[in-house]
Amino acid sequence: MSLKNLKNPGLWLTLVVVFILGVIPIINNKASAREETLTVLLSVILVSSLNILLGYTGYISFGHIVFYGMGGYVGLFLISVYGWSLWTAMAAGGLASGLLAFLLGSAILRLRGSYFALATIGINEAMRAFISNFEPFGGPTGISLNFQVYNQYGGAAQALWTIYYVVLALALGNILLSYLVKTSKFGLGLQAIREDEEAAEVMGVVTPSSKTWAYVLSAVLPGMVGVLFFFKNGNIEPGPAFRLHLSIELLVMVMLGGYGTIAGPVLGAFGYQRLRGLLLTSDLFKNIQLTVAGVLLLVIILFIPSGAVGWIRHRFPVTRRYLP
Amino acid sequence: MKRTLYLLTVVLLVTVLLGVTLVANAQERTAVIGFTASTTGKYNVESTRQINGLNLWLNQVNEAGGITLSDGTVVTFETVFYDDESNTDRVQELYTRLATDDNADFLISPYSSGLTDASSIIAEQYGKVMITTGAASDSTYQKGYSLVFQTYTPASRYLTGALDLLASLDESATKIAIVHENDKFSTDVSTALNDYALALGYEVVLFEGYDSGTTDFAPFINKIQDAAPDAVLGGGHFQDGSTFARQLYEKGIDLKFVALLVAPPEPSFAELGDAAVGVVGPSQWEPLGLIDAMAAEAAGLEFFGPSGQEFIDAYMAAYEEEPSYHAAGGYVAGLLLQKAIIDADSLDTQAIKEALDNMDLLTFFGHMQFDTTPEAHGLQIGHSMMYIQWQGEGDMLEKAIVWPPEAVTGDALYPIRGE
Amino acid sequence: MDILTFLVDGLLIGFVYGIAAMGLTLIWGVMNVINLSHGPIIALGMFGIYFAATSLGVNPYVGVILVSFAGLLLGMLIYAIAIHRVINAPHLSTLLATFAVNMIIIGLGTTAFTTSAYNVDFSLGNISVGPVNTPTTRVIAALASVLVTGALYFFLYRTTLGKYVRAVTDNRAAAELMGIPSARILALSFGLGTMLAAIAGGLIATFFPFTILSGGAYELKSFVVGVMGGVGNPLGALIGGLILGTFEGVIPAFMPTSWVPVLEFILFVVILLVRPTGLLGAKK
Repeated sequence: MSLKNLKNPGLWLTLVVVFILGVIPIINNKASAREETLTVLLSVILVSSLNILLGYTGYISFGHIVFYGMGGYVGLFLISVYGWSLWTAMAAGGLASGLLAFLLGSAILRLRGSYFALATIGINEAMRAFISNFEPFGGPTGISLNFQVYNQYGGAAQALWTIYYVVLALALGNILLSYLVKTSKFGLGLQAIREDEEAAEVMGVVTPSSKTWAYVLSAVLPGMVGVLFFFKNGNIEPGPAFRLHLSIELLVMVMLGGYGTIAGPVLGAFGYQRLRGLLLTSDLFKNIQLTVAGVLLLVIILFIPSGAVGWIRHRFPVTRRYLP
Repeated sequence: MKRTLYLLTVVLLVTVLLGVTLVANAQERTAVIGFTASTTGKYNVESTRQINGLNLWLNQVNEAGGITLSDGTVVTFETVFYDDESNTDRVQELYTRLATDDNADFLISPYSSGLTDASSIIAEQYGKVMITTGAASDSTYQKGYSLVFQTYTPASRYLTGALDLLASLDESATKIAIVHENDKFSTDVSTALNDYALALGYEVVLFEGYDSGTTDFAPFINKIQDAAPDAVLGGGHFQDGSTFARQLYEKGIDLKFVALLVAPPEPSFAELGDAAVGVVGPSQWEPLGLIDAMAAEAAGLEFFGPSGQEFIDAYMAAYEEEPSYHAAGGYVAGLLLQKAIIDADSLDTQAIKEALDNMDLLTFFGHMQFDTTPEAHGLQIGHSMMYIQWQGEGDMLEKAIVWPPEAVTGDALYPIRGE
Repeated sequence: MDILTFLVDGLLIGFVYGIAAMGLTLIWGVMNVINLSHGPIIALGMFGIYFAATSLGVNPYVGVILVSFAGLLLGMLIYAIAIHRVINAPHLSTLLATFAVNMIIIGLGTTAFTTSAYNVDFSLGNISVGPVNTPTTRVIAALASVLVTGALYFFLYRTTLGKYVRAVTDNRAAAELMGIPSARILALSFGLGTMLAAIAGGLIATFFPFTILSGGAYELKSFVVGVMGGVGNPLGALIGGLILGTFEGVIPAFMPTSWVPVLEFILFVVILLVRPTGLLGAKK
């Protein structure tokens, strides 16, 4: 990668848009707006990290949420049992998820197509069942934090703002990271794997190690935000931590936005979460919000299958430069 | 004469003016109660009943003209709620919205311990009093909160009475099996039950958890058969509990005693027919166990709110079904707020918190009193469970309260099968 | 300890897993679509039986037949509306389309039925052989599974239409060149897949209570079964189901039951790694 890469206007456009979105609740000092934006930013991080594996390498994972849950568990365990600070626990959560991805990746990235996708479902379920049996992590009851724990971060209200700042920074960092990966030689290798794995190998891409590192890269940030989210949540249980449904929603967001792009996952996460949020709180739709969301999703898939960003790039070639 | 008329007119005018000022002074204040409901997802049924109960209370208070405080303010109520989809993802986002954008004065918990855990942090952060209902886990109240108050009997005392009942029925029964759902609430209940059983000298021959979505209990039932206990206790929520009861029956296991969580008190449990016969279940409240002002007098407590019969009649009139304990829990959550506002004579959070701390009264739902120690502030210590048993046969099943002794409405059927 | 009771219970539930998975692997095999609406359709099958029994007052097994036709039509409808447009689109489109159908069915189902448990009030007594004692409905479900597998085999290997389905499975482009109307065959195959799901749901409903969300667990197990038995192979699905059922039945005899899913899904991943074509080997 070179500095020249960083001059892409589309990257900066994406970063600036996310930054502005993230700053609005801070300027207004409005907690409810902060919570809504936090939900979106968490999704942006999860989705654009998933995109490193899915969008660039072409491997479909139903188990992305495993890293989120794993990070959350490791982090809360260290905070509640060993009294670690949130920040070191966050680093440890990211590290643990990265390590897990390395071990898993070495084994299952040999699988192709739907078989890889299925293996990730299996891993998600095995992990959830294992944690339910794993007593140090509280078994089925999980881990709870005492309210006192927020005091060292200036009280609970302040802690929520601090977590928000960090999540915003991580979201921006993640977008930058996924851009750097995309434009680096490593990333080009990944995209070669996506188009034709055998050919990539012939061209000199060491596919097993490239894929594994892409997997590790995609796992670290979810591990870190897992710690932040469950710290904020105050407790973690196996069910919510390893919810297969959430993994599927992440895939939906990637596809809505356009896979393999930088702006796509951001747009997909934003669109999906805001839509669901609006439906949930609208008087007209709150009783049928699931159905409405399903119909909208179907319409989008049927008529804009390459996602919003893919569609725009296709229809207006001039925008390609601005929508990486 | 003219003078008198003049004076009279003045007096009249002054009176009218005074009256108008007084009336103008008697402000109206609408207090907002915020909560999330599980309109979709697995808690939909329980949550809906809970909200029905709360809405019934709200309509009654508002129709009665609200609460009049000593400064003349008339407090009426309205609710704001969102769907939490039965999962924790958005609970904090929605409760924050309730506490800030919607300016909720008070919060009511969602249904279930897991969701309540997530929402109680928000209540505490934004300084809102929250009454929890449908949330029994003890751990929520052991985290150092000061504004969260529990209406239900906590998990640690949920199923212990069933063992007391068993002990009173048969001293020769010594072996029990505990099979429970692997979630927070059921595990908390079962762990406490296990400790209690060991303390009473029971032998726990099987102690296992099952996954929340389990429909096939054959492996557990085979293990139960092998361990040959006198009694099976445990369960989880409605669906798994009723499935478990049905399969225990179908497999023809000779058990003297079965007590399961949550499912048995539900009226629809009777649809199991013969499989429901003899099954004991802990209930937070039962229509049969009528509590009224007389009971309060006997217990030396203040009584507040409608009598049990009045509540049932009003609920049936509003929703055309018999209230379950979830409905009663929703109603009583509102009732506690009402009482606290009257006692505090204000809508100020701190005053209401103190009123709740000092509360010690009887309602149709039972005795209400909260732990005020820092270790477990807000934990319900007044209320206790009732235990029901389904009796009869075929389509003619009826519930009887079989424990505690002071509430019993019928003799317990024992042993339920075999022998 | 009588291991036989564990084994028989495991096998009986295994037949049900097998038939639940059959529809999923059929669709997967024929058109390479992983049908994420499989679970909700199983749940609809359950509700179909319930309403056939309560509203029409028919015997639940007659209900299964009614529900199977409804399933066939529903499947073809879903294919026409949600799948056909994206059947050749790259990557995840069909996966997402079926997920959208999943959301719609669950959303509508929740509005219509809530998520409370329903129960088909039906019993045929018990069958007792030695130490084994089991409800008759479960044995009938097992027999029905075998019957359905046989019927599916007959259809695929003994009828012209079945031959077309297999041709489209092997090579859609070549089949089209041969004059086979592939779009209609795909619609039919999707219909057959949902029909099988609905039948499975109906049979399950004769002995388990259910909610609109109940299909999810069977969908997940269907993935495991499909991989064990090999994709697109009806007999493989049945045998895969039996293996899974036996596994779930017998393991608890030796360790806490809560470890079963851990072992089950680890085994699933291992099979994928070692024999991705399934234990029986599939044609793909």
